[in-house]
Amino acid sequence: MTLPTGLSRRALLMNLGIFFNSLVAVILAVPVVRYLLSPVARGRRDGYDSWVTLGALDQFPSGETRLATYRNPVVNSWDGDTADIACWVRNVDGKSFQVFAINCAHLGCPVRWFPQSSLFMCPCHGGAYYQDGSRASGPPERGLFEYHYKIDGGKLFIRAGEMPTPGQASNIVRGIQPCA
Amino acid sequence: MRLISSIGEWLDERLQLASSIRETAEHAVPRKSASWFYVFGSAAFAVFMLQIVTGILLALIYVPSAGQAWSSLQTLNHNVALGWYIRALHGWGSDFMVAIVLIHMVQVFLFGAYKYPRELTWVMGVFLLLVTLGMAFSGQVLRFDQDAYWGLGIGASIASRVPLVGPLMVNLLLGGPIIAGATLSRFFALHVFVIPGLLIAFVSVHLLLVLKLGINEWPMPGRLVRKATYMKEYHELTSKDGEPFVPGAIWKDLFFSALILFSLALCAYHFGPFGPSGPPDPTIIQTAPRPDFFFLWLYAVLSYLPASMETPALLIGPVVGVLALLLLPFLSGEGEKSWRRRPLAVLTVLLAAVALGTFTHLAQHTPWSPVMDAWSGIPIPDQFLQNRTALERQGALVFQVKQCHNCHSLANEGGKRGPALDSVAVRLTQDQLIRQVIQGGGNMPAYGKNLTPAETTALVAFLGSLHPAGQAPARDASRTIALGAATGAATSSSP
Repeated sequence: MTLPTGLSRRALLMNLGIFFNSLVAVILAVPVVRYLLSPVARGRRDGYDSWVTLGALDQFPSGETRLATYRNPVVNSWDGDTADIACWVRNVDGKSFQVFAINCAHLGCPVRWFPQSSLFMCPCHGGAYYQDGSRASGPPERGLFEYHYKIDGGKLFIRAGEMPTPGQASNIVRGIQPCA
Repeated sequence: MRLISSIGEWLDERLQLASSIRETAEHAVPRKSASWFYVFGSAAFAVFMLQIVTGILLALIYVPSAGQAWSSLQTLNHNVALGWYIRALHGWGSDFMVAIVLIHMVQVFLFGAYKYPRELTWVMGVFLLLVTLGMAFSGQVLRFDQDAYWGLGIGASIASRVPLVGPLMVNLLLGGPIIAGATLSRFFALHVFVIPGLLIAFVSVHLLLVLKLGINEWPMPGRLVRKATYMKEYHELTSKDGEPFVPGAIWKDLFFSALILFSLALCAYHFGPFGPSGPPDPTIIQTAPRPDFFFLWLYAVLSYLPASMETPALLIGPVVGVLALLLLPFLSGEGEKSWRRRPLAVLTVLLAAVALGTFTHLAQHTPWSPVMDAWSGIPIPDQFLQNRTALERQGALVFQVKQCHNCHSLANEGGKRGPALDSVAVRLTQDQLIRQVIQGGGNMPAYGKNLTPAETTALVAFLGSLHPAGQAPARDASRTIALGAATGAATSSSP
């Protein structure tokens, strides 16, 4: 039977079949997309950063810059060593601190501290930073990433959880008064 | 034999494939195209087959878990019989595949094979290049060692520079806030399921197009491609001066594939597997991450780009490059095919080859990165210390202790990030040396806050002594006049 529009009954049924499948595809796509976007879902992203301790204050002598490590607050049991993150703690004058991310602000390679020349140097492309984290030379566009810190019960805490990268506005905290 | 042929007949009665396979095998190709220049595509395919086999073999042992991947690679290297060799085959297979795909692409470009009607074949080829590079990068990540860990950091830093959505892209790339278990799992899924699936799909279309449209004829200078007449001319050529693909052309493909696979097997045997380097523990910071061979050029480019150019170049450069490749057959789909009459094409290939080669060479020899242990590990050569005053020798000590040697070489020893200082006194006057040391500039940190006046004086005295025997150090002529004869005489003796 052919309808007056010229569309046969079978063609109409086929189109309906395609329509039903498209509908189901859209319904199924919603959970799939939501699943794929889970690392950036609003609830998760806000929860990435939290206060973690770097240990007792006496590990960081006044006027010196020392390597510290912490276990990332967002962690899975199969993460292994990768959830152990390093950072540089500078005890400026016994009272105030600066905590720098290990990642070079250029491309994220691990910077090393050289107390003799008071410079952080990057092994990848030769970026260098002064002891206060500001850019000294090389390709980085900015100074080292700095964590917020607080002192609580004789221990140093930093607000950490997410790997700092140049694009993150949240990591440009230079000039902001630290808490506590 | 009779049994085999009767099984064959039984199967073909049901599958009905024999006639189309025979037709495909015996399709006529231009006699001159049955050439040694036309063997790279099939060689790339052969290496891809080997990659599939070795990849599956590795997956029998490998554990895609951030906590255990590295030790499962150690097990493969040391505890599984010939596990090291399968890893070596897969690693070298990756390098061979990228190399052959690039050579294939250059050949196709120079022979004008991308022109009408083979535009889509070229476009598929560009996709194949991209997925091959995707396989190479994701494979490097699965070798979950220090290089992979910090390489991912570089990838994340680049992704984060995308305006607005950069930080979100980082989280999606890493599968979370940091490089960890979720990161490895998603790169495993990409390397083992997603990208190979795309590769197989693109290869299928690519091959289908080669069969449907016929292999490119040998380009003759002056024989121009015109859309109106090309197909007719091509069929005339294959019917007049053609020969069946099997065995007329395929024996060369077979010989070359065998040669390539044999060289691959030899390389894998002789050089062994790649890494893994140190464990992926981000608290071990005594590391100098290096990407794999085919990404070294990018690593070098990232060092030389001025800071202001970096983000635009990183984000726009690849898009422009890929677009240019994709648009090529549509912008120049007709006309001359022979490279003898396409000087711009030859020049483009040469320029790309020289540029990539130079950047790869530079990346391997790292002239821009400080030599981190030069200050403690490389002494100042004797000739720079003999016949020096006590102050100058004190300056040499400052030079070492303040790690100037990490960036500046003497007698070609030490860092090469900054200029060599063998004859710096000829280039800079005493005042200029003081200014440079204290204020830095020209990509050198300022040492003003880090040097006492006494150290600066000693260091500048040492630097002032660095000039060839027959060449006087640079002097500011006005200085003698300005400071008066007495002071002038005192200072001119020290630089």
